[in-house]
Parts: sequence; C-alpha cells; structure tokens
Amino acid sequence: MESVLGRYRNLTILVGVLFLQVLGLAVQVKRSGDAESTRLIRIWAVDTITPFERVLVWAQNGSSNLWHNYFFLRGVRAENRQLKQQIEQMRLDQVRLSEDAGQAHRLQQLLAFKEQTIAKTVPAQVIGSSGSDLSRSIYIDKGSNEGIAPDMAVITAGGIVGKVLRVYPSTSLVLMINDQTSGVGAMLEKSRLQGVLKGTPDGAVILERVMADEKVSPGDTVLSSGGDQIFPKGLPVGTVSKVSPGREMFLNIQVRPAADLSRLEEVLVVTEKQEQTAVVENGARVRAADILAQRLPSVPDKPVAAAAAVGAPGSSKVGAPGQSTSAAAKTQIPVTGSAKPGSVGVQQVAAPSTAAASTAKVASGASAVAPATAKPASTGRAPDVDGSAEPKASQAPKKTVPKVAGDSTASGGSPNAVGSNSASLPAKSSTVQPKLPVSQPNPQPPATDEDPH
Amino acid sequence: MPITYTSGEQIEVYRFSIPVTVGVPLLALFLQAFVPRRFPFFSIFDLPLLVTIFFGMARRNPISGLFTGAAIGLAQDMLGAYPIGIYGIAKTVVGYFASSLGAKLDVENAGARFLVTLGFYLVHAAVYFTVARGMVNMTLNWSWSRGIEAGLANAFLGVGLYYLLDKFKQRT
Repeated sequence: MESVLGRYRNLTILVGVLFLQVLGLAVQVKRSGDAESTRLIRIWAVDTITPFERVLVWAQNGSSNLWHNYFFLRGVRAENRQLKQQIEQMRLDQVRLSEDAGQAHRLQQLLAFKEQTIAKTVPAQVIGSSGSDLSRSIYIDKGSNEGIAPDMAVITAGGIVGKVLRVYPSTSLVLMINDQTSGVGAMLEKSRLQGVLKGTPDGAVILERVMADEKVSPGDTVLSSGGDQIFPKGLPVGTVSKVSPGREMFLNIQVRPAADLSRLEEVLVVTEKQEQTAVVENGARVRAADILAQRLPSVPDKPVAAAAAVGAPGSSKVGAPGQSTSAAAKTQIPVTGSAKPGSVGVQQVAAPSTAAASTAKVASGASAVAPATAKPASTGRAPDVDGSAEPKASQAPKKTVPKVAGDSTASGGSPNAVGSNSASLPAKSSTVQPKLPVSQPNPQPPATDEDPH
Repeated sequence: MPITYTSGEQIEVYRFSIPVTVGVPLLALFLQAFVPRRFPFFSIFDLPLLVTIFFGMARRNPISGLFTGAAIGLAQDMLGAYPIGIYGIAKTVVGYFASSLGAKLDVENAGARFLVTLGFYLVHAAVYFTVARGMVNMTLNWSWSRGIEAGLANAFLGVGLYYLLDKFKQRT
C-alpha cells in the first residue's frame, strides 16, 4: 500500500486536494439557503484587496477631477449652452409627462392600484470587479455600515445595473444583470410582453421567455416589470438590439443595457422602497402651456383705453351684454398671437394656431366678453392680454391709445403699438388672472397709475 | 515545433524568492479585480491562470504546482460571486498538469508557451464549466467563439508575461 501511495504520490495529493475542495463546494451548495458559510473567509479576502482599490480609485478620481475641473475646460461654454437648451426642452417635456402621469395616477387611484416607488437611495462608487470573464460582478464602496443589504437593487441614472449579492461592513458585491446567473423580470414598453433578462457568456444581455409569435422589433424599450421583487416596476433596462428565433418556440432577444455596465463609476443602491396607493395631487395643475406662457415674451398690461375699445358696442363677437361672464372670466381662452390689438374691438377669440400662441392666457373678458355698452373712456382698465397682438392703426381709436405704463419705448413710442408684442418685455403679465368684472355695464376703472386720463 | 522531449535531469528547475512567490499572485489577483473597472476588455484575461501556469512550468514540481493553483484559485473564488472552490479546482488541475508538463517538456520559447497557455486555458474552462454545471448546478453556457477568443488573448498575453516573470527566476 505504501509503495503504491509512494509511487503515485503526486496523483494521490492531487486527488486529496481536489476532494477537499469538492467537499467544501458541496457544503456551500447544501447550505446555500442558510446564512453564508463562507462569509468570514470572503471578508478576509475582500478586506485585503479593497483598501488598495479604494486608494487607487481615490487617487485616480482626484487626478482626473483636478485635470478636468481646473485645467481641461475646453468646450465647456459650448457644452454649458447646449445643456441649458436641453434643460429648457426637458422642462417642457417634464410638464407634459407630469400631466400624463397625473392622469395615470388618477386612474390608478380609481382602480385602487398600489405602486412601488423608490424612497431612498445610497450613492456608491465602484471600486473593483470580480475580475473574471466568467462572472460579472462589481464591488462598491458601501456596505452594511451604510445600510446596504442583500437583494437591494443597484441602478444608475441610465438604468438598472444589478442587485446586491453580498454585503460586507464597508463594501458590497453587486451581481450585474449581464451575469449568466442573474435574472431580472423585464417587459417591453410598447407591447407589455414580459420576460426574464439574463446574461450571456460574452457579457451581453438577452430577454428570455418571450414567445416566437409575438412581435418584437429592434429599438423597443425594455423596462423592469417588478416581478422579481427587487427592481421597482418601470425602471429602464435597455433597448432591443436584435431579435432572432430562439429555442423552444421562444424568441432570442438581445438587449442593449441602458446603463453602461462596462464603465460604471457611480451607482445608486435602492435601500428603501415604498408601496403606496397612487396619490393624486389636488393642487393646481401646471400645464405645458402655462410654462411656455411664462417663458415667452408678452405684452405689458393693457391700458384702460384699449379696454374701452374692446368693449365697443357690437364689436364683440363672443361676449354679449347681459351674458354671464363669471365663468368666462375664469376660463382661459387662448388667442392667436397674431391677433391685432387694433382690432381689439372686433377681436375674435381664435383657436390656438401655434404652440406659442396657445400658451397665452387671456382673460376672456378682456375684449370679447366686455359689455357692448361700455364706453371706451369709461371702461375700466382692460385686463391683461397676452399674445403678440398688434394694433391696427385704421381700427384703433385714437382715444384709446394708451400710454404704456412705465415703458413707452417698449411700443416704439407709437400709440398704435399698444398691443404690439415686445419681445424685450418680461412675461409677468402672462400669469395675471383676469379680475375685471366685465359683466357690469359700466365697470369702474381700478385705481391705477396707468390710467391714461 | 520548439517543444522538445527531455529527461528530468536535462531540465533546469527554478525557484523563486518568497516576495515573488507571494507578491506576484497577489498582484495578479489585484490587477484582475481592479483593471477591468477602467478597461473592460481586460476581463477577458485571466492573470491568475497565467501566473499559475508560469509557476507550475518553472518549478516543474507537480505538488508545488497544484498547491499554487489551489491557493490562487481559491483566492480568486473568494473575490467572486460564485461558491468558493470552482476556480480552486480548475486551477489546481491546471497547476498540476502544468508542472507535470514542465517536468517533461522544455517550454522555454515563445511558440511552446503560446500553445501550452492556449491549451491550459481551454482545460481550465472545461473543468470550470464541468464543476459549475455538474456540481453547483449553475446555469452557465459555454461559447466556443468566446472561449477561443479568450484563449488566444491569454496565450498572447502569457508569452509577454512569462518573459517578464523569467527575470525573477532563480536557479536551484
């Protein structure tokens, strides 16, 4: 026996070492449901490596910041200008989307839906990776000391990244969505088809379990479905990059992740989620039109005389004497920007023709609802009229030529330019609500310095 | 082909200083964990595997090679997301056979090293996938294109790396 062992000594040791490792693996697999049996040994390894990684990341970021923030500022102005324009556009988009979201919330409330939202996140920095082509995971510099726990979602502003797999005191291991062992509940935004997102050996991401008879096309957006109980529903996952027939009557859908998984630097760990019934805000809603109205130039406050002209007998096509204007005064009727003040007396309330025009909030009683009997001189101060109304000299009565309060130059000094749209003027009047009691036959002018008389 | 069959007496056996023995594997593990963060393509390389092959072939001692492979593999497992032992088993096998091969063949030139590294990369991947799928029941898929690509990349890197590590060799 001894001679056999001596003869095959190397092989015997090899088998022994392999056996011990297999035994260790078996123990881990058996205890996979329990608390980690290898936690301590992993902590040692991680604590050995991560301090060096932290130092290097810190030094790397420091030098990079120094260079980019203080020296290499080429093109920053242009970029700043471009970003500002982008912000403007996004603000408008946001208003429009919030309107849609509000509507969705109201519907959800009606149906007693419950939604899961992200309540709290912890920002973390990526300090390392598992260092293997066969597994896709990263280390972040936040751990249990910062409230991180296993199975928390890790995201970026772009999209989802993965989930927390293991937590150590000051670091955590994150399994990315392109790992072969990961699985994320996902759905296609348009068709609402649901599937499972998994990684491939080459680090790509595929959406599995979508039947071959479904219509999926490249470019479709993929969102988290919330079915995995880790990622809240609706987070961006990626876009479909390629669709081909797969095995077992399923489609093989390749997804381009929304987050750049290969160049992660900062991530957010979702430490707290809320499940709540959809709440509808009862406050005044902000319309895209209102935002635009605030941003676009408008005319100054309309003087009294103009209002008088507005109320010229028989000139109004919308309002009529005796007609209740209380509702009309509250109603915001958009007018076309091309309406000419000179024709105020015959101004027609027109449908908005352009986005900008539609943003102008006009007191409906400004001209159209003014009593027909109102005399130009005796009418009160006209309500504010927004829009690029220009006076038409032939129609604008001279008596009604007002002095634009505090800014005669804004109208070019021409009395006929009372209603002209002065681009340089602030847009403050656009938000002023009509208060003129236009239902009165002879409204008293409010005490104002702008009275041309 | 530069691989030549020689007797044990004709082959020089090298040893390494303790700092090199400990430091090089640790550095390889560290670089493997850190560099892919900045250079994602680097994850295709397996520096710990290359170090295992190098030490195994240089020492030409199967027992030393298998223990080196086991230690490096287990350390790599500790930093990864999967159960500890998958890399350990794969690198133990590679370390053992690299040493055995080194004891029988003279693999000092670049061509031989390239082929040996490519071969051991595939052996390593085969053992890894066998253990991961057969024992741990993980749903890992093997991609031949990716495997060959990674094998060639590692073989190229290995030739250069071995040339650098040759500087640390000490004759016994």
